[in-house]
Order: sequence, then structure tokens, then C-alpha cells
Amino acid sequence: MTTNWTIDGVKEALAAKKTSARELAADFYKRIESRNPELNAYLTLSPERARRQTDKVDSLVAQGKPLPPLAGVPVAVKDVISTRGIKTTCGSKILENYFPPYDATAVERLEAAGAVILGKTNCDEFAMGSSNENSAYGPVKNPLAPDRVPGGSSGGSATVVAARLAVASLGTDTGGSIRQPGSFCGVPAMMGSYGRVSRYGLIAFASSLDRIGPLASNVKDVAAILQVIAGRDPHDSTSTTAPVPDYKAELEKPVKGLRLGIPKEYFGEGMDAGVRKKIETGIGLFKKLGCQLVDIRMPHTDYAIATYYIIATAEASSNLARYDGVRYGLRVDDDSLLAMYRKTRGAGFGAEVKRRIVLGTYVLSAGYYDAYYLKGQKVRSLIAQDFRDAFTKVDAILTPTSPVPPFKLGERTADPLQMYLADIYTVTGSLAGVPGISVPCGKIDGKLPVGLQIFGAPFGEARVLQLAHAFEQAEGAAV
Amino acid sequence: MKISREDVLRVAELAYLELSEAELEMYRLQIDEILEYIGKLNELDTAKVEPMAQVLSDDQTADATLREDLIVPCAVAEDVLKHAPDPEPPYFRVPKVIERQ
Repeated sequence: MTTNWTIDGVKEALAAKKTSARELAADFYKRIESRNPELNAYLTLSPERARRQTDKVDSLVAQGKPLPPLAGVPVAVKDVISTRGIKTTCGSKILENYFPPYDATAVERLEAAGAVILGKTNCDEFAMGSSNENSAYGPVKNPLAPDRVPGGSSGGSATVVAARLAVASLGTDTGGSIRQPGSFCGVPAMMGSYGRVSRYGLIAFASSLDRIGPLASNVKDVAAILQVIAGRDPHDSTSTTAPVPDYKAELEKPVKGLRLGIPKEYFGEGMDAGVRKKIETGIGLFKKLGCQLVDIRMPHTDYAIATYYIIATAEASSNLARYDGVRYGLRVDDDSLLAMYRKTRGAGFGAEVKRRIVLGTYVLSAGYYDAYYLKGQKVRSLIAQDFRDAFTKVDAILTPTSPVPPFKLGERTADPLQMYLADIYTVTGSLAGVPGISVPCGKIDGKLPVGLQIFGAPFGEARVLQLAHAFEQAEGAAV
Repeated sequence: MKISREDVLRVAELAYLELSEAELEMYRLQIDEILEYIGKLNELDTAKVEPMAQVLSDDQTADATLREDLIVPCAVAEDVLKHAPDPEPPYFRVPKVIERQ
């Protein structure tokens, strides 16, 4: 059986009865069994739940009924997204034995569309990290270069797609956590606009930034997954009523004549020379496709990391207050309630999560709120304004996804600030709320993947996907 | 120096977070460096800038997203209690809060 499945490929094979949903899932589980011990990309497998879903799909096929858009498609879900009755750890010891009592809306919609959830993927603890090395359950290995990180925090979700251990996956992105691992593992990875996909059931890290989005082996499949999970959900008041266009229909529209902004600030010092070369070649490809390249300025880019690490940690310190050993997760016993809280949280959280709780609590605390948190919120306005100004001149913005290619395991763990600084190209779009995708843009020395990032205007997912698709069709992955 | 050992202790207390001596010192050094970096925001004059607490504008979230207050069944209590650290259905049990003098 092939391993290079796409969503269309699955649909055709099922309709032609070349395979069944059950056989297909079994085949994926077989490969997972052989590769996962080395990659550590899946934390939990859900074969029983998958079996119930494949039975449903196979019975539709047997009855000759129409198949839903993701019928029989094996998918994986990041372990910060709630799955009813399936262990959901957030990569943390504090949730080592947590079984959510309900499904996230994105999960519910995937299954309603026929997708088969194979299991839950490894990630940095509570999605805090850029290398997947902050998981309490060990790092994930990059399937293209096993001595290197897969990126983070959705490292497992990117790895399972790249290693063909799922056809597509859900990740989450707060400051780059879908796009950067997509870049590091050489797969397209998309963050829709803030409000595009319901966050219901996404275990919160930073609520004004968190987003759920798809990773897949090609842009068309990314579009197909987004189509299913996007749209208003009464359970999330920040999910908008903005209509969801037919992304597949938009994909094939010609890109000729579109104006693409190249922001000078994204091409300064600190970018790896190999990354720069690939991105410049990739941008040249858009020119060949008939797009018009426009030099633009986004003057507040350099302030984005400082802003992001104020806002994200402040929100995290508040969101993570819920882990108190009372209702779920770990409890470290003590005779006093307050001591029980302190010990539980001290023992349950890992080093990066504690660092962010301390920083986030500090920037919100009396005497520092104005100097840090309020200041950060004001600069966030300026960064969002940079994007609004840019989109009066251009249809989309092209940047690298990450200034560096996948780095070696352990190479950057000692210096948290250096790790944060590498998020420079992704956090801007997170703060502004705009959609962004990372598409494969060649490999350095034929080995280390580079990702090109395309930002669109708010709710301009169709335009982003259209450009990414055109780039992919023009062999952008081989530049 | 932006942050002292006492600051880290105070913040850890606010966050009910037990830290070891080694963690205290490590976080003090690292967070000091991070705050030093964050200080670059002071290069920007933001006196006339409105703070941005969230991305969506009012017209995207106000009337459009206020739903009817409906009563719907939500039968998760049993599941929730089943995985609690110390359940005493229908309660969560915690160490004694009120001390006798």
C-alpha cells in the first residue's frame, strides 16, 4: 500500500473499494508502531475510537451512500486539544492522567466530516516552546534529520505528517507553534485568522493569541481541513460569524498580478545565510508566476518579541492558575490547602512553564503592570497597525517562517532568551491576528527544510491558500 | 538589575508556585535578562496609543456573538469527578481551609 496518501487519494481508494477505512487505519497504526519509538511524535493512540469511526465510514461505503469530505482520512490531534475520554496531557506532568469530559469543537467537526483520529501528538508543555524539547514526555525527533528538533510547539503534529504517520493533523499556534514546526519538518502548516476556528476545547495558553489550525502534506489538504474546522461556534464567543468561503474553489484562481509585500525588517541581521538564499529564490518564483513584488516597511517588527513575551506570559500566568490539584490532574498532598497548591504546581509544571508563570505574574503585578503589560498592549496596537498599513498597499506579505533551519537537539535549551528571539518572524502575525501559512521552500544542502511564510489580511485565508498552492504547484518545495 | 531574589519570591508566592533554591536563582538571572531585553519597548513613545487587549473589533464580537442564554443538558459531572484527585461525589475534597485557633 502507498504511504503518500492525500485526502483525495483516500476518497478515491475508498470509493473504488481499493481499501477500506479500517484497513487504512490499520496500515497507519502499523507504521506508527514501527517509527514512533524513535520519533516520539505520538503520546497516546486511540485505536478503539478510530475503529468506531472507520466502521461508520465503511458502512457508508458499503451502502453506497455519499461520503463526507474527510471520510476515512487518518488524522492526528495535538495533545493540548481536548478529546473526550482520550488522555490529553498538554505535554505536562500536571495533566498526566487527564481525560477530558468533552471534545473540542475542531475535533467534533473533524469526526463529523468522517476523519479518523489515530491519536494525540507530542508538544512542548502547554504549547510553550519552539523545539518540542519542553515536553514532559521527551523531545520529538525531526523525521528528516533525527539529530535535530522538529520545531515547536506542535512538533509532534508536524512530524507525524512529514513521516506519513497521519495524512493531516491539528496543531495550535500562539506565537508560531504551527508554522515553525511546519517549516522545520517541510510540510505546509496554517494558522487562520484569530476567530476563524473555534477554540472551544483548546486548553488555554494565551487566550488572545491561541489558534487551532491544520498541517498536511500539501496545501489543498490544508485547505480541506480548514474548511471543515472553520466557522462560528456558539461555545467560543471569539469565533466570528464571518462567512467561510469555499477554499478549494479559491485555490485554483490565478495569482498573476497580485501584489506581494516584502518587508525589509524581516530580512535584516540574524537570518541564517542558507535560509536567506532559499527565501530569496522562493520570492523570485512568485515573480515568475506574475506577481508584483512591493518593498514595504513594517517599522515595529523589531519590538514584536518583547511585546509577545509580555502578553503571552501574562495571559498564561492567569490561564494556568486553574491547575491547583483540586478538580483534575496531579495533586501533591499537604495538610494545608495553600501548601498543597504550591507543592502541586511546583512538582507538576516543567521549567519553561514555571519561567513563564513567574515572568507573566511579574508583568501583571502591582507596580509593574503599567510599565510592562500596558506598554506591551500599546505596542501590540502599533504592530497591528503595521499590518493594516501594509494591506492597503499589498494583497499578501512574504517572509521567512524562521530565521534558522532546524537546529540540533539540546543546542539551544540553555538560553531561553535566544530561543524566544528565533520566533521573530511568526509572533508579529500572532499579535496582529492575521492568517499565515508556512510552505516548504527548498532544503539547505538538500537536507534541512526551509519554510516561506505568507501572511494575509484578516479573514483572507483564501488568498493565503491560493498563493501557497500556486507556489507549491510551481515546485516551490524544490527551490 | 531589574529583578531581585525577593521579587522572584514575591511573584512565586502570588502564583502559588513552589520553587527550589536553584530554580529561584536560575529564574532570577534569566528573567532579569529577559526584562532587560523587554526594556527596548521604552524606545517607543506610546503616550497616544490605545492598548490592544484583543484582536477582534466590537462589530465582530458584540451583537453577532452574544447568544441566547439557553438551558442545555451537560452531563459531565460524573466524568469530571471520576478523574479528580480526591472526589467525594458530588464534591471535590480539599485539605481543611479554616484553622481553629
